Amino acid sequence: MSNSVPGSAGVIATARLIAAKDLRVERRSRVLLNQVLPFALIVMVMFAFALDSDAVLERVAPGLVWLATLFSVLVMVSRSFAVETGDGALDQLRSAGVPATGIFIGKMLALMVQLMVLVALLVGAAVVLYRAHFSWAGGVLLVTTATAATCGLAAVGTLYGGLAAGAKGRETLLPLLLLPVVAPVLIGATRATESAFGTNGIAISEGWPWLGLLVVFAVLFSVAGAVAFGPLLDE
Amino acid sequence: MDDAGFIFASYVITFGLVGAYALGVIRRARKSSREVPRDERPWL
Amino acid sequence: MSKHSPRDRVTGTPFTRGLGVVILAGITLLIILAIFVSPADVNQGESVRIMYAHVPGAWLAYLAFVVTGISSVAYLWKRTRSLTWDRIAGASAEVGVLFMGISLVTGSLWGRITWGTYWTWDARLTTTAFLFVTYIGYLAVRGLGGTHQQRARRSAVLALLAVLEIPLVHFSVQLWNTLHQEASVAGRGTDVEMDGLMLFTLFLGVVVFTLMYVWLVLHRQRSLALDDMLDDSGLDNALTARRAEAQGVAR
Repeated sequence: MSNSVPGSAGVIATARLIAAKDLRVERRSRVLLNQVLPFALIVMVMFAFALDSDAVLERVAPGLVWLATLFSVLVMVSRSFAVETGDGALDQLRSAGVPATGIFIGKMLALMVQLMVLVALLVGAAVVLYRAHFSWAGGVLLVTTATAATCGLAAVGTLYGGLAAGAKGRETLLPLLLLPVVAPVLIGATRATESAFGTNGIAISEGWPWLGLLVVFAVLFSVAGAVAFGPLLDE
Repeated sequence: MDDAGFIFASYVITFGLVGAYALGVIRRARKSSREVPRDERPWL
Repeated sequence: MSKHSPRDRVTGTPFTRGLGVVILAGITLLIILAIFVSPADVNQGESVRIMYAHVPGAWLAYLAFVVTGISSVAYLWKRTRSLTWDRIAGASAEVGVLFMGISLVTGSLWGRITWGTYWTWDARLTTTAFLFVTYIGYLAVRGLGGTHQQRARRSAVLALLAVLEIPLVHFSVQLWNTLHQEASVAGRGTDVEMDGLMLFTLFLGVVVFTLMYVWLVLHRQRSLALDDMLDDSGLDNALTARRAEAQGVAR
C-alpha cells in the first residue's frame, strides 16, 4: 500500500486491506464465534423465559431476532474499534495518510460480513426455538432484508463507533447514540421478516416496501459515513 | 389528580424547570467568572 | 432570575436584563390568560389550557435544534469557523432538550385528561421522543473532553447526522403507524376551534417562549465561553508553572 494519495484507487485498496485485516483478526481471536454468537443465543433463550408463551413467541419472533441482533451490534462495534485504539493503530494509519473513507468502508464491510453470519444463526434459532418457518420466496426476502439491514447497521455502527472510539465512558455512550439511530432498521427489518415468516398471515408481498426503507437507510448512512468518518477521526 | 390539578401541574412544571435551568446557568457562570479577568468578556 | 442584583454582571447585559423583565411580565400575563381568562374549548374542554404551554414548548424545541444544526454547519465551514458557533450549538441544544422535556411532560398530562392515557405511539410523539433522546446523546458527546476544537468538530458532525436521521425515524414510525388503527385515537375529539382570545393566548405563549429561549441561550452561551476561557487560562497557568519549575531545577 504505497499510495497515500486519496484517489479512488487508494480508497478501494485501503478498504480491501482493512476489511481483510479485521476479518483475519476475527479468524484468529474468534471473538464473534466464541462470545458474540453465544451471547445472542442466550438473549434468544432469555426472551423465551420472559415471554413465556409459544403463541406469543411465534408472533414476535421477527422482532426478537432483530432485537438480539441490535444488542449484539453494540458489542461488535465496541470490539471493532477496541482492536484499533489498543495500540493507537487508527492514529498511526491516519498520520500515514491512509484515506479515512477507505478505513470506513473496510471496517464497515468486515462488520457487515460478521453481522450476516450472526443474523443467519439467529434466524436458525428462531426456526428452532420459536417455530418460525419460511418458504423459498420468504427465504429470498429474508436474504435481501438481511443484506440491506446489516449494511445499514454496519455503516451506522462503524460511524458512531469511530466517534466514540477511545473516549472515556465509551461503552455506555455507544448504546445511547446508536440505538435511536437504528430504529428505522429495527422497524423495517422486523416488518419485512414478518412477511417472510408469514407471521399473522402477512403476505410476502407486503415485505418489499420495508426492504425499500432498509435500502434507503443503508445508502444514506454509507454515504454519510464515508464523508463524515474522516472529520470525526481527525484530531 | 383531577383535571385542574393536571393543568396547574403543567404550568408549575414548565416554569419551574425553566427557572431552575436559568438559575443553574447563572450560578455556573458566576462560579467560572470568579477566575476569569473582567476585561476578556466580549459581550460587556 | 435576579434582575435587580448588581452582581449580575457576569453574563448579563442591559439587554438581557430588560429582556428578563419583559419575560417575567409575559409569563404572568400568559398564566392569567391561559388558566383563568381564556375560554374552555368546545371539544377538549379545560384541557386545552395546557396547550398554551405545550405547543410553544414543542415549537421552540424544534427551533432550538434547527439553530444547533445551522451553528454546526457554521462551525464546520472554514470561512465562518469560530468556537462561538460551537457554543451556540451547545447552548441551543441544551435549551432544546429542556423545552422538549417540558413539551413531552405537558403533552403527556394533556393526553391523560383527553384520552385517558399518558402516552400513545403516534408518529409525531414517537419521533419527538426520539429527538429528545438523540439530543441527550449529543450533549453527552459534548462532555467527552479533549480540546475545544475536538469537541466542536465531533458535536457538529453528530448534529448533522441527527438532522439526517430524524426524518428517517419520522418516516419509518409513520409507516409503522399506518399498520395499526391506533392512529385514529390522535384524531378523535381533539380538533380545536380557536376563538380570538384563545389564538391570542397561544400567540402570546409562542412569544414568551421565544424570548425565554433567547435569554437562556445568550446566558448559557456566555457561560460556556467563560468555561472555555477558564480551561484555557488553566492550561496557561499550568504551562507557566511548569516552565518556572524547569528553570528552578536547571539552576
